[in-house]
Amino acid sequence: MMTDATQAGSQTAPQPSNPTSQAKIEMSGVVKAFGSKKVLQGVDLRVERGHSMVIIGGSGTGKSVMLKSILGLVKADQGSIKIDGQEMVGAKSKDRESLLKKFGMLFQGGALFDSLPIWYNVAFGLIYGKNISKEEARTIAIEKLNEVGMGESIADQYPAELSGGMQKRVALARAIATNPEIIFFDEPTTGLDPIMADVINELIVKCVKNLGATALTITHDMASARKIADHIAMIHQGKIIWTGAVEELDHSGNPYVDQFIHGRASGPITGV
Amino acid sequence: MNGLTNFLKSKSPYAQGVFQAVGHSILNVVQALGAITLFALRTLGHCLAPPLYLRHIGRQMIDIGYYSLPVVGMTALFTGMVLALQSYTGFSRFNAESAIASVVVLSITRELSPVLAGLMVAGRVGASIAAEIGTMRVTEQIDALTTLSVNPMKYLVVPRVIAGALMLPLLVLIGDIIGVYGGYIVATHVLEFSPHNYLHQTWSVLEQNDVVSGLVKAAVFGFLVALMGCYHGYNSGRGAQGVGAATTNAVVTASILILIFNYLITQIFFS
Repeated sequence: MMTDATQAGSQTAPQPSNPTSQAKIEMSGVVKAFGSKKVLQGVDLRVERGHSMVIIGGSGTGKSVMLKSILGLVKADQGSIKIDGQEMVGAKSKDRESLLKKFGMLFQGGALFDSLPIWYNVAFGLIYGKNISKEEARTIAIEKLNEVGMGESIADQYPAELSGGMQKRVALARAIATNPEIIFFDEPTTGLDPIMADVINELIVKCVKNLGATALTITHDMASARKIADHIAMIHQGKIIWTGAVEELDHSGNPYVDQFIHGRASGPITGV
Repeated sequence: MNGLTNFLKSKSPYAQGVFQAVGHSILNVVQALGAITLFALRTLGHCLAPPLYLRHIGRQMIDIGYYSLPVVGMTALFTGMVLALQSYTGFSRFNAESAIASVVVLSITRELSPVLAGLMVAGRVGASIAAEIGTMRVTEQIDALTTLSVNPMKYLVVPRVIAGALMLPLLVLIGDIIGVYGGYIVATHVLEFSPHNYLHQTWSVLEQNDVVSGLVKAAVFGFLVALMGCYHGYNSGRGAQGVGAATTNAVVTASILILIFNYLITQIFFS
């Protein structure tokens, strides 16, 4: 089960590994409510540069909202979210747009643009975000498709013509196309068969390692979490209730974490 | 007065419910108006600031303009034809048949061509814009645009709104010509008017302002149709039901706004 990524993680102390150095992503006291429903109730999280952090937690605990609040797709009501020390909450839209250039994201459903061919989907961020010519962008897109195990033959097909697993790979190629410093993975293995899920997990580990990127993944798939993570944080009722290195997961001493990783119906977390 | 108070007291739970419902819907309407105005202002702001995706504007112009030609052309043709027929049966009672050419050309250019073209395009284009953008919202494609450093307002909304405001006047101008021709066909072939007289009356009564007011209306209607499609798609609820509701709302609000703005622009031009 120990992958290169987890071994790399084991060389560092549990978080916060070095409070004096600047974290890549730092959230403190982030609150977000939709009407009367408080989804995030003071999230504190620190992700070090080059680390892979996985957030685990049940459905409806605020995982997706947390990820989207970092990207500014959902505006946090309170608290601070810093990327490389730069504040995202309340930042001017121009500053936020330039910070967003550091990000790549793999969406849960792929979110491929269905009106565009595969290669154009992968090249999209290069053409519009980095003003690279279409010919050059196509070459890079095909390289990235090769990296995720897809041949040039599918480059001119449309997303609807591919299976779910292949769409996920294309979405992964799109997320890494611009060589981002930070990559977010939103439930990368949901809806895939166990073998394809493992293929995606391995690709994620490989891509993150190749890019030297900082990764933040949300999932409730424990096999995926153990494979991808250096560090794991658990979110429950809008708060981070436990953070630690992946090796500590099985002896966290936290009843919520224990219940979740063993998938027990009985315990402190009650089903809704 | 006492009677009313007593009545309200006796029926208090029901009366309260009615007042609550009325108040709630008024608040909803005001909130929606505010949100639509802000969306429109944001869109206008983005229209003025680069980058403009010219290729997308071109593609939308073809989608909104060229592909709406058959619908708008048919509407204008039959409206012009029925107008000539109806005004003949009405005016012949006063021996005023000679006014038919004037009635047809003025009604078509000032009112019927822009309003009917606007409503037809609202049904065809407004609905498709709302469904397309709504589906993109539901499948997180709009969020994906943001993470790929592309502003969705600029990429999705601005090209459609600009194309709408530019293409509807062109459609209406073509509709004007086809509509007047429809009236001419009926007048000369069915009602046996002299073609020369009919055309002479048409030209003599028509003023520049009649056509220009219709084209200004068309530009505003085109903007409104595309804006409503984008607004409702952009703020679409989840799932198939959310996209369905967005599509319906886009067509309904665009149609109502067309009728309201038609009155306002007419008042400005001809009062």
